[in-house]
Amino acid sequence: MTETKGKWHLKHSVVFMRVLIGWHFLYEGVVKLYNPDWTSFGYLATAQGPFKPLFLMIAKEPIIGWADTLNWLALMFVGITLLLGIFEKKGALVGIILLALYYWAHPPFPWLMQVNVEGSYWFVNKNLIELAACMVIYQYPTGQYFGLKYLFNKKKEQTKTETL
Amino acid sequence: MKWSRRDVIKGLGGIPILGAVWWAGASNAVSKNRERTAILEQLNIQPSLPSAVKAISGDPVRVGIIGFGIRGEQLIRALGFATKEWLEEMRLAAEEDPNHSRLEDFMNQDKLNVKLTAVCDVYDVRADRVINSFSTEDNKVIRFRTHQEMIRSGKVDAVIIATPDHWHAPMAIDALENGIHAYVEKPMTHTVEETYRLKEVAEKSKASLMVGHQHRQTLSFQTAQDIVTKGVLGHISLVQTNTNRNDDNGAWNYHIEDEANPQTIDWDLFLGSAPKIPFNKNHFFRWRKWWVYGSGLSGDLLTHDYDRLNCVLQMGIPSSVMASGGIYTHNDGRNVPDVLQVNMEFPQFSTGSSQKKGKEKGMTFVYSATLGNGFNRPTILMGHDGTLELGNRITVWPDSSSTKYADQIESEKMKPSVPVYSYNPGASVPDAVSSATSQYFADKGLMWTYINGARVDSTFLHLREWLSSARNGGAVSCGINEGFEEAISAHMAGLSVKLGRRIKWDAAAQRIVPIEGINFDEVLLSGM
Repeated sequence: MTETKGKWHLKHSVVFMRVLIGWHFLYEGVVKLYNPDWTSFGYLATAQGPFKPLFLMIAKEPIIGWADTLNWLALMFVGITLLLGIFEKKGALVGIILLALYYWAHPPFPWLMQVNVEGSYWFVNKNLIELAACMVIYQYPTGQYFGLKYLFNKKKEQTKTETL
Repeated sequence: MKWSRRDVIKGLGGIPILGAVWWAGASNAVSKNRERTAILEQLNIQPSLPSAVKAISGDPVRVGIIGFGIRGEQLIRALGFATKEWLEEMRLAAEEDPNHSRLEDFMNQDKLNVKLTAVCDVYDVRADRVINSFSTEDNKVIRFRTHQEMIRSGKVDAVIIATPDHWHAPMAIDALENGIHAYVEKPMTHTVEETYRLKEVAEKSKASLMVGHQHRQTLSFQTAQDIVTKGVLGHISLVQTNTNRNDDNGAWNYHIEDEANPQTIDWDLFLGSAPKIPFNKNHFFRWRKWWVYGSGLSGDLLTHDYDRLNCVLQMGIPSSVMASGGIYTHNDGRNVPDVLQVNMEFPQFSTGSSQKKGKEKGMTFVYSATLGNGFNRPTILMGHDGTLELGNRITVWPDSSSTKYADQIESEKMKPSVPVYSYNPGASVPDAVSSATSQYFADKGLMWTYINGARVDSTFLHLREWLSSARNGGAVSCGINEGFEEAISAHMAGLSVKLGRRIKWDAAAQRIVPIEGINFDEVLLSGM
């Protein structure tokens, strides 16, 4: 009984977390989609850390145009999948990749200058924590409890019952 | 298949959240854009594009260089000729640091239709460097002892004058009188009298004269001009420009070469009109520190700032100048000030007004310089309606008490702490109401000066414009009128700091108002 109750709580907590992360990603994506002048140029051009050359390369024409489009597309994909509770494993994976890129573009290492950050970080920052949360979502999908997956499962269950 | 309310909530609950977030994001972005666009439309600022220059067609323009010192070498490089030593140095620098792109920039620079045919330098080592680096099979660079010989040799169409200041005007005058195009470094002249004379000669001559204020080519200054003309800042009452340097190089203590001696330097020719003194290496390499050859902060650095602003505001020669200063940071035998404050008055100047007619008129231009501190004080233009920070980038802030923007400030559509406009020649679009982030990136100087994606040297553009005018005719952006205004303003500052008096300009007579018993040129050439 205790175990079931614990699982029930875990399930709800993960659903709650999934919705928040989806919300966050979707909003970031939509804002960029509707702002024609938005570009990640500044963010990439100021990149630091071991992968700096890679980010500087992305910041150049014509790659930057593709990078900008892919960025908002990926953000929205993560947002939509996590909010709707469908393909959420794929969404979580894309989220992990995006967050890893953001983390490595401006890693919070003590020997690097912290560019435009609102808090104090030492190796761990919010990108990394959100990345860890996406790992949980990847390993513990909840679409079957809250999300479109729930409907598909229900349909399958009914089909199964009918065949029986 | 039966759907309970529970099924609908569990299965489709994400959809309204998705809709709400989407709507919020979209409406937020769109309304911000709309505000931005409205402000941009109201400001109506046109970011400048590089001006088209007619091609230098036909035979290559034959150029002679007079003075291959620090600046001379830079000018010749901008023209497309780099010494072997420099190329090697830059190659090694690029090997060490992949971000070091000066060699790459040089290689990418457009090739000008020019031929370097002649050199004139009193120092053998430098003259030889030119000959060794730039002579080719079919074009051997010829060395001339004097500028007169070079100008009359028939081997040059144009000369670049990068000598100490006291040689600028005599050489430019001689070139123009002989129909040879001249590019002369700033300050255009060394004394008041020769400024008047050069103007007369230049106006009569068919040859093209360009004064070496290459920043006239900087796109942001042309954009700033548009901002001021459209009244974005309202009435500008104060302009503040600065020199902030704190190193030996910045204080003109340049390297003294071992090879320099009376055998390798034609000392008498170097002295020219300057008082005859025995050979002095210190004077030769660091001539900017003495009034007899140079003109210190007022001629070397004030001229940059003055011309930058004259390019934006076209304010001309001040009606009066007051200056003060002293030798406070480099007491090393120099006689030019190393700390200098200059106030130039323009009582009739107006950039338009958003207030009651007649309330606002007149402006003071302040130049404040020290060679003992490197804190980066920006150039700012202070208007009743806004403040503009001028550099390679431009940032405009509305003023909290602006008349023009009173409504927007009241409704918080504009905030005095947030720029309403920021311009980066390197970014694709001008940014209105920039965020803290983009402001940060702008401040970091990340947005380089780009033309079609390539970083371009403004000296190259300036030389190209001069050569194009030499070949095709047409005006130059820093010709005799601009040079005259620059030189006179600088000389007024030099006179004021030495005499401790207000120096006035007679606009009708086009002369500095004489002071009884004082010979301006004697004062200018004497020490502090």
